[in-house]
Amino acid sequence: MKSLENEQEAVNEISTVITDPPVKRRRLNHNAFGYIFSIPFVVIYLVFHLYPTVYTIFLSFTNALGLDQEKVSVLTSDIFANYKKILGNLTFREGFVNTFLIWIMNFIPQMLLALLLTAWFTRHRNKIRGQGFFKVVFYMPNIITAASVALLFATLLGYPTGPVNDLMVKSGIFTESYNFMNNKTIARIVVAFIQFWMWYGYTMIILISGVLGINPEIFESADVDGASEFKTFIHITLPNLKPIMLYTLVTSLIGGITMYDIPKSITDGMGAPRNATLTNTMFIYNQVFGGSYSYKNASAASMLIFLVILVLSAFVFLMLTDKDEAREKKENKRRMKEFRRAQKLNQQGGAF
Amino acid sequence: MTLIMDNNNATPEVAPMMEESRPKKKKKAIVFKIIAYAVCIFLTILSIFPFWIMFINATRNSPEITSHGVALLPSNHLTENIDYITKDGDFNAMRGFINSLIIAVGSTLCTIYFSTMTAYALVAYEWKLKNAFFTFIMAILMIPAQLTGIGFYKFMYKINLVGSFIPLILPSIAAAGTVFFMRQYMKPSLPMEILQSARIDGAGEIRIFHTIVLPLMKPAMATQAIFAFVTSWNQLFMPQMLLLRDKTKYTMPMMVSLLRGDIYKTEYGAIYVGLAMTVLPLFVVYFLLSKYIIAGVALGGVKG
Repeated sequence: MKSLENEQEAVNEISTVITDPPVKRRRLNHNAFGYIFSIPFVVIYLVFHLYPTVYTIFLSFTNALGLDQEKVSVLTSDIFANYKKILGNLTFREGFVNTFLIWIMNFIPQMLLALLLTAWFTRHRNKIRGQGFFKVVFYMPNIITAASVALLFATLLGYPTGPVNDLMVKSGIFTESYNFMNNKTIARIVVAFIQFWMWYGYTMIILISGVLGINPEIFESADVDGASEFKTFIHITLPNLKPIMLYTLVTSLIGGITMYDIPKSITDGMGAPRNATLTNTMFIYNQVFGGSYSYKNASAASMLIFLVILVLSAFVFLMLTDKDEAREKKENKRRMKEFRRAQKLNQQGGAF
Repeated sequence: MTLIMDNNNATPEVAPMMEESRPKKKKKAIVFKIIAYAVCIFLTILSIFPFWIMFINATRNSPEITSHGVALLPSNHLTENIDYITKDGDFNAMRGFINSLIIAVGSTLCTIYFSTMTAYALVAYEWKLKNAFFTFIMAILMIPAQLTGIGFYKFMYKINLVGSFIPLILPSIAAAGTVFFMRQYMKPSLPMEILQSARIDGAGEIRIFHTIVLPLMKPAMATQAIFAFVTSWNQLFMPQMLLLRDKTKYTMPMMVSLLRGDIYKTEYGAIYVGLAMTVLPLFVVYFLLSKYIIAGVALGGVKG
C-alpha cells in the first residue's frame, strides 16, 4: 500500500496533493483500477472458459464414459488410447474429410465472388449505383438463424414435391422429381452452397472496407497514369488486400472446421445421407448425446480438431506477422516496379 | 491508327489516345454495366427468393403447396397454418421467442458492459500486466467454443447447471473479440484530460467509468450489442447441449429442429409458418438497423 502511494506521488503529484486531505480513507493509486476493472473478465474466463478447456484436455486422457460415472480415472496402460481410437475411427475420418470438402467448396467460390464484387463496387470510373442496397441484400442471409436457413433449404429441395423439384419438372429441365439430399455429393454441395450463400456478402463487405483503407494516393496516381481498372485491381488492390484476405481465410477456416448448425439442421442431425454431411462438431456432439455419453472419445476428438486449428492458424499467422515490415518494403518496391511496367505497357500498347 | 500510335510514343500525351478510343470505351462501359447489374440483380433474387417462398407458402395450405411449390402471391390460409402450428405439438414459437430473448438480452448486456470495462482497464490505466493481458486476449480471440464444449458440459452437469440459462449468459462476460473491438475504438477517442480533471474534482474511478466513459462509448456499444445479440440468438450448439432435455426451455433455433417432427410431416404450410416465425424477429431487427450493421461489419474487418 505504502509503496503504491509513493509511486503515485512520483507519477502524479497533483492528484495526491489535492485528493489527500479531504478524503478520510487514503485513495488507492488509480492505476490499480487497471487490475480491478479486469477482474470480472479474468474470473469468468478462468471459470467458464479456461477450466472447461483444461478439463476437456484432462477428459481426453481418462476413461470418462456415461452420464453418472462414479470415478473418472486417468488411463494408465496407454495414455493416448483415446486418441488412437479416434484416429482409427472411420466415422471420425469421414467427418473430417467431409468438413474440409464442404469448407473448400464454400470458401473458394465465396472468395472469388466477393473479390469480383469488391472490384466492381470500388471502381473509380463507371460506378455502380445502388451499392448500399446491394450490400444490405447480399449480407442479409448472414444474420438469419443458420438452423432456420438450413431447414428452409431442405424444405425447398424437398422430395418429391418441394418447390425446386416442382419448378424443374414443370419447366421440363427434369423429367421427374429428384431426391437431392439422397446423393452424397449433392448433399455436400447443398451444405457448401448454403454456407457460401450466407457468407459471401460478409466477405465482400470486409474486402470493400479493406480497399477503402488503402492509401487513395496510390489509386490516384494509377488513374493519372491511365492504368486500366483491371490492372489497377490486379497490381495495386490485390497485393494490398492480402492481409485482410488472410484474416478472412483464418476466420473462415476456423468457422468451417467447427461447422455445425447447417449440416445438423439440414438432415436428420446424424449426417444423412450415409454420413455425407457429418462434420467434426457433429461427430463430437453425437459421441456424447448420441446416447453413450462417451466423454473420452468426444474430448479426444475435440483436442485433435483443436490441434489442427492451432497448426493451421499458426501457419497463417506466421505468414501474416513474421517479417511483416521487411516484406512490406519488398512488396512496395515490387509493386512500384510492376506499376511502372504496367504504365510503360499502357503507353506502348494503348488501352487493351 | 498507326499515325496516332507514333504520335503517342513520341510525346506521351493522353489526349489523342483518349479521343481515339472514346467510342470503344463507351461501348465497353455499357457492356460492363449490363453484366455487373445483371449479376447483382441475380444475386439479389438469390438472396430474397428463398425467404419470399417461405413467407408466401406460409399463407398456403398443403394441397396448394404440393401442386404448385412456387407462387408469387400469397393465399388465404395463414390463420389455419398458424392455428395448426400453435395448436399442439412441441413447437412453441412464443416459448422459443421468450427463452431466446432472455438469453440473448442477458448475454448482450453482460458482453457490452464488461467488455467496455475491460477495454477501459486496458486503455486508461498503466499497470504492470497490461500488455501481457492484451496479448493474452489476442491469443484467445479465435478459440472456438465448440471444441471445449465437452468439458464445459460435464462441468455444468457436475455443478447442476444443465437446463439453466446461466451457462449461456454468464460466460459472455469474458468476450475477447468485443474487448478487442472496444479497445481499438476507445484508444484514440478517450479524452484523458477529462478523466484527469474528474479525478481532481474527487470523482471515484467507478463513477468516472459510469458517468463519463460509458456514455462516450455508446456508438461502439450499440454496434457490438447488435452483433452480440444476433450471435447469441442464432447459436445452436451450446443451447442444444445444455437445454436438450427440457422442451419448455428450447430456444428459437432449437425449435426449428422440432419442425422436422412427424406431426408436421405433411403440413407444409405449418412448417413454413414455423420457419417464418423463427426468422421474422431477425428480419425486423435487420431492416431497422441494416445501416449500422453493415457499417459494423466493415469496421470489424479493418482490425484484421
